[in-house]
Amino acid sequence: MLDFIPQIPIADWISRLTDWITDVFAFLFNPIKNQFGDFMEWFAETLALIPPIIVIIIVAVVAFFITGKKFGLAVFSIVGLWLIYNQGAWEELMSTFALVLIASLLSVIIGVPIGILMSKSKIAETIITPILDFMQTMPAFVYLIPAVAFFSIGMVPGIFASLIFATPPTVRFTNLGIRQVSEELVEASEAFGSTGSQKLFKVELPMAKSTIMAGINQTVMLSLSMVVIASMIGAPGLGRDVLSSLQRAQVGTGFVAGMGIVILAIIIDRFTQNLNKSN
Amino acid sequence: MPIIKVEGLSKVFGKNVKDSLKLLDQGMKKEEILKQTGDTVGVNRASFEVEQGEVFVIMGLSGSGKSTLVRLINRLIEPTEGSVFVDGENLATMNKEDLRRVRREKLSMVFQRFALFPFRTILENAEFGLEIQGMDKEKRSAKAKESLELVGLGNYINQLPGQLSGGMQQRVGLARALANDPEVLLMDEAFSALDPLIRKDMQDELLDLQQKMQKTIIFITHDLDEALRIGDRIALMKDGSIVQIGTPEEILVSPANDYVERFVEDVDRSKVLTAEHIMKRPETVNIEKHGPRVALERMREEGISSIYVIDNNRNLKGYVTADDASAARKKEIRDLNEILKTDTPTVDRDKPMHDIFEIIHNTPVPVAVVEDGKLLGIIVRGAVIAALVGEGEVNENA
Repeated sequence: MLDFIPQIPIADWISRLTDWITDVFAFLFNPIKNQFGDFMEWFAETLALIPPIIVIIIVAVVAFFITGKKFGLAVFSIVGLWLIYNQGAWEELMSTFALVLIASLLSVIIGVPIGILMSKSKIAETIITPILDFMQTMPAFVYLIPAVAFFSIGMVPGIFASLIFATPPTVRFTNLGIRQVSEELVEASEAFGSTGSQKLFKVELPMAKSTIMAGINQTVMLSLSMVVIASMIGAPGLGRDVLSSLQRAQVGTGFVAGMGIVILAIIIDRFTQNLNKSN
Repeated sequence: MPIIKVEGLSKVFGKNVKDSLKLLDQGMKKEEILKQTGDTVGVNRASFEVEQGEVFVIMGLSGSGKSTLVRLINRLIEPTEGSVFVDGENLATMNKEDLRRVRREKLSMVFQRFALFPFRTILENAEFGLEIQGMDKEKRSAKAKESLELVGLGNYINQLPGQLSGGMQQRVGLARALANDPEVLLMDEAFSALDPLIRKDMQDELLDLQQKMQKTIIFITHDLDEALRIGDRIALMKDGSIVQIGTPEEILVSPANDYVERFVEDVDRSKVLTAEHIMKRPETVNIEKHGPRVALERMREEGISSIYVIDNNRNLKGYVTADDASAARKKEIRDLNEILKTDTPTVDRDKPMHDIFEIIHNTPVPVAVVEDGKLLGIIVRGAVIAALVGEGEVNENA
């Protein structure tokens, strides 16, 4: 009974679709792969060139001020970053950081406008919401496969996979934040004769800012987790150390690399959260 | 020409708007239409005119459609039918650009819960309307400061709204609306969120401002006392329809139907009724014709113990008491001047009843209502009490 219809070749279709996209959009993917890949490498190397002591001082000073002149986060940053340096994982840390930074930046640049579109149009919201659900629930590893097809291996496919996986929170929270702006404030801006964009930039976005920032915080954290996974397709950084220790069953090395990721995650998380609060 | 003219303005919320309008034409009630089409009638064929400089109050209970009506006037809600003329231009049919122009130049709105932007300072809030118009920073700051001074907040310009009390926040709302120098102020339950004492202050202040600036104000409220206090005219709404439009006196004294009557039943009449409403025709003697004997005779006929004295031109001269008149008759005094008392308690015809209480309490004789020195009528204690309990007018002089 259940076998009445033969197996639907979904896997085949997706493979063929991916092949087709790879061929047709090669003119787009290749320059991205090459130029953007070069830029990423340059960026990561430049970060690694900055003397670690300067990076640590800058991070500590910024931490001190954005937490409202408290020492907690500053001290944690100094100790944590020094520990990573001490374990000889500084270069990997900088690579991971470069990937997270660029990936989340792109996520925000793409995500906020989509979120605004969703908040303005019921139709857009109806179409985009299930797509976001799909993007977030699909196991993250699956995105690595087309990423490799499009951009081969390295940093670029890592960022591509991270974009798909990490953008949804920014989109959702932007939409939510704008929809939550009180009716009376929207009316006030309209009653005084605002145009659509005046309403958006002078009232809605400022009002939604803290909600949007909460979404961005999540996006950054998801980027970090994806960037680690992306080491499986050749993205450099702390994730690669985790992967290689896994392959060789080296518990100690694996733990050290994992600890580095945790320290980075805590610092990034507290930074983005406090940025939100201090505004 | 009226500055605002609303004609057959309707709003139906729902999906079967056309059917609902037809049912409205057939005179069907709001509830029946809801049952039949699932649509909610917000406003049903409202028509009225507001003159330049007038305070026009739209009042009704919650759900009566008053907030919808005010939003139809500046088209925050799209009208289903009808027209709104502001200075002769029909808002209901104009394009978006013209609508923005009218909103920027002619209509400003003050909101119930203030609707201040929490991330902007008081000054920046007051500047908002001007900023939207693209006015440069210096000019709009100056104008906004001016209007903040006007509402007494000149010293708070760098605070955030959250740091101010409710009353002060609403002053900012008012300043923001005034900064645009609009022709019409739309005030949607502007004082309803304030506590009663502050509310009264704000009402006084609004009236002062209105006298200074001669703005036209459309004021929405559910509070009849407030409506009677500040309104030149009042429109009473029920179930989306305007039930009666009139001056506060007209509404109180001749309610159009049972609904209005029930509405005004509980009102504090002493604040609305004036001397004119409760005075009665006075018994008088003419100082140029009559003497103590006539005075005494009249008092005996009417069963009163004092009588007012006038001259040929009805100018009030004073009063005489029965005791004095009787003594004078015994002494065969002919001239009323010799026993005339001139410490007459007098009030103007438009003195609120509220202010008459004390005068009448401290005097043994009825209070005289005068205009330009002429006696119009008198007020006896009984009339005051009768008017307070709502027995309507006792004006026999009309």
